[in-house]
Amino acid sequence: MVPLNWYIGLSAVMFIIGVVGFLVRRNIIIMLMSIELMLNSVNISLVAFSHYLQDLRGQVLVFFIITVAAAEAAIGLAILVSMFRNKPEVHMDQITEMKG
Amino acid sequence: MTLPQLFFGYFAAVMIVLSLLVVTRTNPVHSVLWMLVLFFHIAGIYLFLNAEFLAAVQLILYAGAILVLFLFVIMMLNLREELTAKRSIGGWQIGVALGLSILSLMLLAINKFVQGPSGQYSIEAIRSVTHTKAIGGVLYTEYLFPFEVASLILLIAIVGAIVLAKKSKQQ
Repeated sequence: MVPLNWYIGLSAVMFIIGVVGFLVRRNIIIMLMSIELMLNSVNISLVAFSHYLQDLRGQVLVFFIITVAAAEAAIGLAILVSMFRNKPEVHMDQITEMKG
Repeated sequence: MTLPQLFFGYFAAVMIVLSLLVVTRTNPVHSVLWMLVLFFHIAGIYLFLNAEFLAAVQLILYAGAILVLFLFVIMMLNLREELTAKRSIGGWQIGVALGLSILSLMLLAINKFVQGPSGQYSIEAIRSVTHTKAIGGVLYTEYLFPFEVASLILLIAIVGAIVLAKKSKQQ
């Protein structure tokens, strides 16, 4: 039997990899993918809890999280496309017009 | 190490390696492809946890729709300079140190976890009616209002994506 702590540990490690990827990378597409990685790690944690506590509500929440992640990925990419049309730059540290 | 623990060990090790590969590749297309393999492994973990419907939904939605959307946008942007540009921002060591400190806090907290009371959807009860039917039973009775709100969120995403990305007349 796999202990529940292992699933939560795996979810924590994946979440931190997503956080570090979001903070450190310059390319905005990789940043958006790090957000998806964070959401997936939380999904793993929720399904593990739902299995071990024998309750289905964790999986229903995973359903909604997948829905919201899809909507947010679509809108994030639409924002990227419209920003790229203004100024053809995908590196987040070069976009400084609103600074200061 | 029993066989389930060995299976989980393979999945966990490969998933951590794959997530590191996703966030460190120079070419964004390589990142998306490693993420595709990662989503297959996540679906495998869901199967391991008796959640067949969620494994199928994960593959269809995440691997089949969201990653395809990412690939469309990457290929539309069509950047060749990405292969030689700098990958990380200037102070990336601080980011990694911050991440490692939060991870150590999380791993310390996990060991102190105390399991709460069990619900009524045991594995045998889910297996007798199939998992799809069990989730449907909960989703359409107890969580009907969030389900309708989720459909509104998807409508907003459709309308918003078109409004944001549409070319205006003078462009």
